[in-house]
Amino acid sequence: MANLVDTFSSSFAGTGLTFKRHKSQRCVQQVCRNAIAAPPASSRTPSSTGVVKKALTMTEKILAKHSNNTSVVPGQNIWTSVDKLMTHDVCGPGTFGIFQREFGENAQVWDPTKIVIIPDHYIFTSDPRANRNVDILRDMVNKYGIKYFYDITDRSDFRANPDYKGVCHIALAQEGHCKPGEVLFGTDSHTCNAGAFGQFATGIGNTDAGFILGTGKLLIKVPPTIRFVLEGEMPSYLLAKDLILQIIGEITVAGGTYKAMEFTGPVIEAMTMEDRMTICNMVVEAGGKNGVCPPDETTFDYVRQRTDEPFEAVHADSGAGYIEEYRFDVSKIEPLVAAPHSPDNRRNARDCRDVKIDRVYIGSCTGGKTEDFMAAAKLLHKAGGQVKVPTFLVPATQRVWADLYGMPVAGCDGKTAAQIFEAAGCDTPAPPSCAACLGGPKDTFARMNEPQVCVSTTNRNFPGRMGHKDGQVYLASPYTAAASALAGTVADPRDYGV
Amino acid sequence: MKDVQYNRTTVWPLGGGQPDNCYTLITGLDTYKTYLALMNIDTDQIIPAEYLTLVPSKPEEYEKLGSYALIGLPTELYEKRFIEEGRMKTQYPIVIGGQNFGCGSSREHAPVAMGAAGAKVVVAQTYARIFFRNCVSTGELYPCETDLRLCEELETGEEVEVDMNKDVLTVLATGKQYQLKPIGEAGPVVDAGGIFEYARRTGMMKVA
Repeated sequence: MANLVDTFSSSFAGTGLTFKRHKSQRCVQQVCRNAIAAPPASSRTPSSTGVVKKALTMTEKILAKHSNNTSVVPGQNIWTSVDKLMTHDVCGPGTFGIFQREFGENAQVWDPTKIVIIPDHYIFTSDPRANRNVDILRDMVNKYGIKYFYDITDRSDFRANPDYKGVCHIALAQEGHCKPGEVLFGTDSHTCNAGAFGQFATGIGNTDAGFILGTGKLLIKVPPTIRFVLEGEMPSYLLAKDLILQIIGEITVAGGTYKAMEFTGPVIEAMTMEDRMTICNMVVEAGGKNGVCPPDETTFDYVRQRTDEPFEAVHADSGAGYIEEYRFDVSKIEPLVAAPHSPDNRRNARDCRDVKIDRVYIGSCTGGKTEDFMAAAKLLHKAGGQVKVPTFLVPATQRVWADLYGMPVAGCDGKTAAQIFEAAGCDTPAPPSCAACLGGPKDTFARMNEPQVCVSTTNRNFPGRMGHKDGQVYLASPYTAAASALAGTVADPRDYGV
Repeated sequence: MKDVQYNRTTVWPLGGGQPDNCYTLITGLDTYKTYLALMNIDTDQIIPAEYLTLVPSKPEEYEKLGSYALIGLPTELYEKRFIEEGRMKTQYPIVIGGQNFGCGSSREHAPVAMGAAGAKVVVAQTYARIFFRNCVSTGELYPCETDLRLCEELETGEEVEVDMNKDVLTVLATGKQYQLKPIGEAGPVVDAGGIFEYARRTGMMKVA
C-alpha cells in the first residue's frame, strides 16, 4: 500500500482553493468537501469566443461532447444525444406503448440500429403476462426493424436459442454494445454498470425511454462528480464487491444522489472489466446517477474483441473539479456484507458469524459474471467439503454459463467451476436470467417464497427484494457467499483459505 | 365522494395558456388522509417485482397496477394497508415519506402504481433521483420536498391539506402548518399530466 501521507493537499483548477487533510487511522479518508465554483455564464456562443478551456471530469466531458457544448457545469440542464437505448421485457412493452401513444402509430423510431432489446427478467416462468411481454417485444422489433434483439422462443431449453443472452447489463458488455465515451440510457437502474467502460450510462423510466425512441435525445442535468481513489494492495480475500459495499456503507444509500461517481487509482487500474462492472453496477445503490472508470488498455482490449465500431475514449482533465473526494486504502478493508434491509448496512462478515442462514444465491448483473463464479468455485475447491445450505447458481448470460462448464478454474487442478460446484453439493447452474435477484413471478427459480435468510451476491436487500417481504438478504462477495454456504452461517472467507 | 377528487384538468386555465400555478390540492373532506411511510422506501416496496408484468401503458393493466401500490411494505411495520383488501383505490391521497423516497429500481411502475391507486402527492425529505424524475415525466404524482421529518410528526389517517400555492401542509385537526419546498418548474409538468402533454400545451411539441 502506498502509505497515506501525513497531510495531503490538492488544489482545484480555477478556484484558487487548496485543501488539506490530516492522516487518520481509518481506511477511509475524505479529502475535501467543497462545492464547485461555476464559471461565470457567458451569453456569447463558443463560435464568437473561441474554444473555452475548462478542466472537466469524465462525465462532464462526455456530456459536453454529446450536447454540442465546449464545456458544461454541474447543474446545467442539457439536451444530450443518445448513442444507445437498452430496454428489456419488464419495461420495453410500456416504453413502446408510450412511444406509440405520444408519437403516433405511424411514427418511426429515431434509429433502429441504436436500440438494443434484451429479454432477461421474467423468462423461465409460466406466467402468461410475462410470456406475452416477450412476444410484444418481438412484435415491436419486427415493426420498427430494430437491429439488436436477443430473443428467446423455446423456454424449455435456453441453449436452443442461440440469440438469447441473459442479463441485459452483462449481455450489453459481452456483445460489444458498451464503448468508451458513449451515452447509454436503459430502462433499468443498473444501466450504470456500463460506466465501467468509461461511458455515461444511467437508468430511466418508460416515459423518458419512449421520448428517446422518438427523438434520440434526452434533457438531463449535468451531475457533479464525487471522486473515489482506491489505492493500496488488494488483499487476496477481497473482491470488487467488498470495495463497493465499503463505499456505499461510507456514503449511504443516498450519498451519491444526483451525482456521478468516478472510480480511479491503482486498484481500479489493476482491475479486470468484470471487476469494474461490479463497482459501477452498484452506484445506484448509493443513489448515484452514473459511475465511471477511466478507460485504459484493459478497456480497449475488451471492447475491440467484441466490436469493430469506432469509439472515442474520454478522460478527466487534470485539475477537474470534484464536489468531494474519498481515498480508500483497500489493504485495510475486511470482507464485508450489507445486512438487511439496506445496501448501506455495512458489517464485517466476521461480526455476523452467528447469523444462521437458509440459502446462498450467486447470480445477477452484479454477482453472476464468469469471474464471480470462478471466485466462488476457487474457495469451495480450496476449502473442500460440502455446502450446508441450498446454494443456487444463476449465470448472468449464456456465455457465463458456458464458461462454468468449459473453463478450468485457475489453480484448481484443471477442474471447471461446474465440476467444483457439483462436488460441493451446490444446485445445478440454472438458465441465465435475472431470476430471484428481484423476486419476480412466484415460479421464478430460487425465489424466496418463505421468510428465509439468504447470503447473496446480488445488489439489493430492501424488504421483499428476493420475493418474501419478511425474508432477510445479506449482500456479499462471491468469496463470502461461498464461505457462508460451507458454514451454514454468514462466514468470513479468510477462514476458508482464500 | 364529495370532492374534487383532485383532477388535473381543473387546474389548467380554460382556453389554454400557462398554468397559473395556483391550486390547492386536496380540498375534499374525506380524501385528504395521510399515509406514512418511513425512510428509504424503495421501489420494490412500492410495487414488488412480481407485479411488473403489468404494462402501465395498457389502461386495464394500469388500474390493476394501482391496486398493488405499496403492497411490499413489511406487515409488521405498517399495520394499515395503503389499499384495503379487495379495493382498487387508496383512501390516502397524500403519502408522507422520509429520506430517499423511491430508491432502488428505475421502474416507472412505482409512481404509476401510486397514481393509479389515487395518490396525488408525496411529501418527503428527499427523493431518489429516478423516482422523482418518473413522477414528473409521467405526471402521476407531485413529489414535494420538505426539510421536516413529517413521517415522525404525523400519523397515518390524519387529515391534512396541501396548498401548493403557498407550499404549506396544514393539519386540519390542529391547524398546525408545515413549510414545504417550492416544487418549481416540475409543478406545471405534473399539472399537465406529464412531459408529453406539457410539451404539447406549451408549444414545444406539435399537436397532431
